[in-house]
Amino acid sequence: MPYIANTPEQQEAMLRQIGRSLEELFSDVPPDLRCPALNIPPGLTEQEVRNRLASMAARNKADLISFLGGGFYDHFIPAAVPALVSRSEFYTAYTPYQPETSQGILQAIYEYQSTICRLTDMEVANASLYDGGTALYEAIMMALRITGRPRVVVDDTVSPIYREMIRTYTSNLGIELVETPSRNGLPDREELRKHLNDRTAAVAVQNPNFFGCLDEFSDLSDLAHRCGALLIVSCYPISLGLVKTPGSMGADIVVGEGQSLGIPLGFGGPYLGFMATRREYVRKMPGRIVGRTVDGKGQQGFVLTLQTREQHIRRQKATSNICTNEGLCALTALVYLSLLGKQGLVELAKTCAEKASYAGQRLLKIPGVRMRFPKRYYFNEFVLELPVAADRIIHRLLEERFAAGFPLVRYYPGMEKSLLVAVTEKRTKEEINLFAHVLEVSL
Amino acid sequence: MKVIFEKSVPGRRGVRPARQEGCPPPQIGPRLLRDRPAELPELSELDVVRHFTELSRRNFGVDSGFYPLGSCTMKYNPKMAEQIAAYAGFSSLHPLLPQLPGGEMLVQGALAVLHEMDLALREICGMAAFTLQPLAGAHGELTGAMIIAAYHNHRGNRKTTILIPDSAHGTNPASAAIAGYQVQVIPSDADGHMDVEALRAALSDHVAGLMLTNPNTLGLFDPHIRQISDLVHGVDGLMYYDGANLNPLLGRCRPGDMGFDIVHVNLHKTFATPHGGGGPGAGPVGVCEKLVKYLPISLVGEGQDGSYFLDYGRPKSIGYIAPFYGNFSVILRAYAYILTLGREGLRRVAENATLNANYVMENLRPYYDLPYGSICKHECVFSARRQAKRGVRALDIAKALIDRGFHPPTVYFPLTVPEAMMIEPTETESKETLDAFIEAMIEIARLAETRPEDITRCPTTTVVGRLDETRAARQPDLASLK
Repeated sequence: MPYIANTPEQQEAMLRQIGRSLEELFSDVPPDLRCPALNIPPGLTEQEVRNRLASMAARNKADLISFLGGGFYDHFIPAAVPALVSRSEFYTAYTPYQPETSQGILQAIYEYQSTICRLTDMEVANASLYDGGTALYEAIMMALRITGRPRVVVDDTVSPIYREMIRTYTSNLGIELVETPSRNGLPDREELRKHLNDRTAAVAVQNPNFFGCLDEFSDLSDLAHRCGALLIVSCYPISLGLVKTPGSMGADIVVGEGQSLGIPLGFGGPYLGFMATRREYVRKMPGRIVGRTVDGKGQQGFVLTLQTREQHIRRQKATSNICTNEGLCALTALVYLSLLGKQGLVELAKTCAEKASYAGQRLLKIPGVRMRFPKRYYFNEFVLELPVAADRIIHRLLEERFAAGFPLVRYYPGMEKSLLVAVTEKRTKEEINLFAHVLEVSL
Repeated sequence: MKVIFEKSVPGRRGVRPARQEGCPPPQIGPRLLRDRPAELPELSELDVVRHFTELSRRNFGVDSGFYPLGSCTMKYNPKMAEQIAAYAGFSSLHPLLPQLPGGEMLVQGALAVLHEMDLALREICGMAAFTLQPLAGAHGELTGAMIIAAYHNHRGNRKTTILIPDSAHGTNPASAAIAGYQVQVIPSDADGHMDVEALRAALSDHVAGLMLTNPNTLGLFDPHIRQISDLVHGVDGLMYYDGANLNPLLGRCRPGDMGFDIVHVNLHKTFATPHGGGGPGAGPVGVCEKLVKYLPISLVGEGQDGSYFLDYGRPKSIGYIAPFYGNFSVILRAYAYILTLGREGLRRVAENATLNANYVMENLRPYYDLPYGSICKHECVFSARRQAKRGVRALDIAKALIDRGFHPPTVYFPLTVPEAMMIEPTETESKETLDAFIEAMIEIARLAETRPEDITRCPTTTVVGRLDETRAARQPDLASLK
């Protein structure tokens, strides 16, 4: 039998030694609860399983030339990333409860936490959360705990998928969730101001936002802090090679989706939620945290720490129910950023922005195509306003092997002609030119 | 060992990013730009490879040796699944593709995996439908608790409380609390099962449901489970099954048949996907017929022409709990595992997991106190209270096992057993491995009697000794900042 070591003879010998039969070992299950044979096909050989799944993989269209982003990006993954992350001492281990035998993953998580802090200009980070959306929800819950206030204001340029998630999570908890309409692609300060008062726990914004527009939030952090509220910023880590950091804009909690840091798109997961904050809030932060300490001989070592916040100690009084982090995805992000290094990340971010800028200028030459938010700066994603419905164009371009972008109307009623286009370093100038050409003839 | 930032050499380069191909510089307003680069390390590719290879050598996984960490089901993770997860047809698939017009036809293979996994889990657990979206076991619990709330809200029930036994995993009460419920703890009886009389006394119209693991964290199957389900259903409460301990029941007994209304399954435990040093996992949630309408958005459906689609139009649903369809590549690995084992293999998993646990339990019974049970399921829980009288605590025994090449069991859990040592061998371990572990445990028990200091000074073979956790918590050093 696959993956079962003991031979039938050994199983017999073991049963004899303990003086039991197999049926006796299951005698605690009442007879009326014992189930008949499952309606599941007989097992397959490895070769059969791999052939079957290879043919299922072939039924997916994974070779499109993609301009699809929306918070999830097709970045190049250097070979050394999977080579290191697939070392099985890492991936077949569990949460490092026994630090002496888990220094590898513990030190890696400490380095990951440090890297997230350096990237975002924050002071402490946790060992990761499930994804960018649950990280934003956890940030909101954390702000509610810190301030003891009931209201959270979320701008509608924050990912609509994340806003859907937040609605679900907050619906039954007596939390006042306010979603404010944006104006010309950016959070509308007047709208936000209306909801900022001594009931407000936090304002949540995103940079670059779902429309790809860049913003500066220092005024917002002042506004929030003046009434005792926190500023939560969700961000796209690759952009931080170039773009102003949330920390330097006065953010109190920074979260985001780390998929772009060497993690495959993989049809939606596993991904990586990161979270960083200021030192004063660390005891209100959810999730695992690794700290550096020493052993009896004064040697440096790493442990899970501040565990009195957590479910296995605090049970129903814990800061969160979260148990695992996304350890392997955090390791992936750390390896990826270490390979790129200080200069590499800057160059990569610039290349993305340059190619996106080129694409934007090239696409604007198409008659009838304009920018939806012409006054805004963007990093590597922008909204094109087409002369016809975006859905129609996307459909047509799929036939030419292009994923042209995302139709904003799916989440923003009234934006039928708006197409969200993302450009990463993987797209070549030639592909961009061809994309522009195919789009032009399709209009 | 130095942290990676201490190895940095100014100007040294690792991998080179893609060329910018002469594209014009981006026009971004200067006030939107960062004023200095992030202080990432500056290293060659080889520096990075050596650093992480060295770190991997300081880590212990299932591939390194026996890992009987109770309640975590640290079974072997088949290599085949890693290869399958890396197939480009899966790994490079953008999750927004099916949201494009006509996009579902671009991902039929992936949707088929999700659909077939749903069907397999229904059959294994005896439930009506599954959502594969929950991203971890605790995330599944929260999803389940929100489904409980949705059910009662729609029925107009005023329910405030979820009942949880004292032996439960910490995530259970935390998840219930985060979903907005009060938690009432039900004590265990002298046999280690839930005290049915205490349950009866706790039941009232305020009870929204009961969260239970069966077999429980002592490794004991609760023979009163149908009675418990009936009692909870009697006050229109829902039965929630924490699937952490499903492994010994595969193909032998199903949560649905025990009367559970909601079930979460840990794919990273029962279905052999890697634990990843603490994630990613996956915690699909299955429900009975009357709760299907509350499952999160979206669900995979099968059209009349045999093609698959994503159903977003589900008005009673609790809504989005994850951005997409779950931790897809984890689900994929688990699906490959189920295909490989088939119906017979799954049943053999349950039998051998149970046999291995009972074999360890019987062989250690003379040497350590066993507070509960004559037979166990997937794990057994000993107490080191006898050894503790000699100054050797469960933690010391754990450290002594590390020196002998084994990962320790879970210690100090469940909370109902003093000096607990929770041993879950899993079915993938051989008799030879179990015998070596048993021998080490016996040797440690003897040393605890004769030379306790030989145990309390362990570990001595590791890269660091016991670490100062008090200092870590009191003077937190949580990041190397520049």
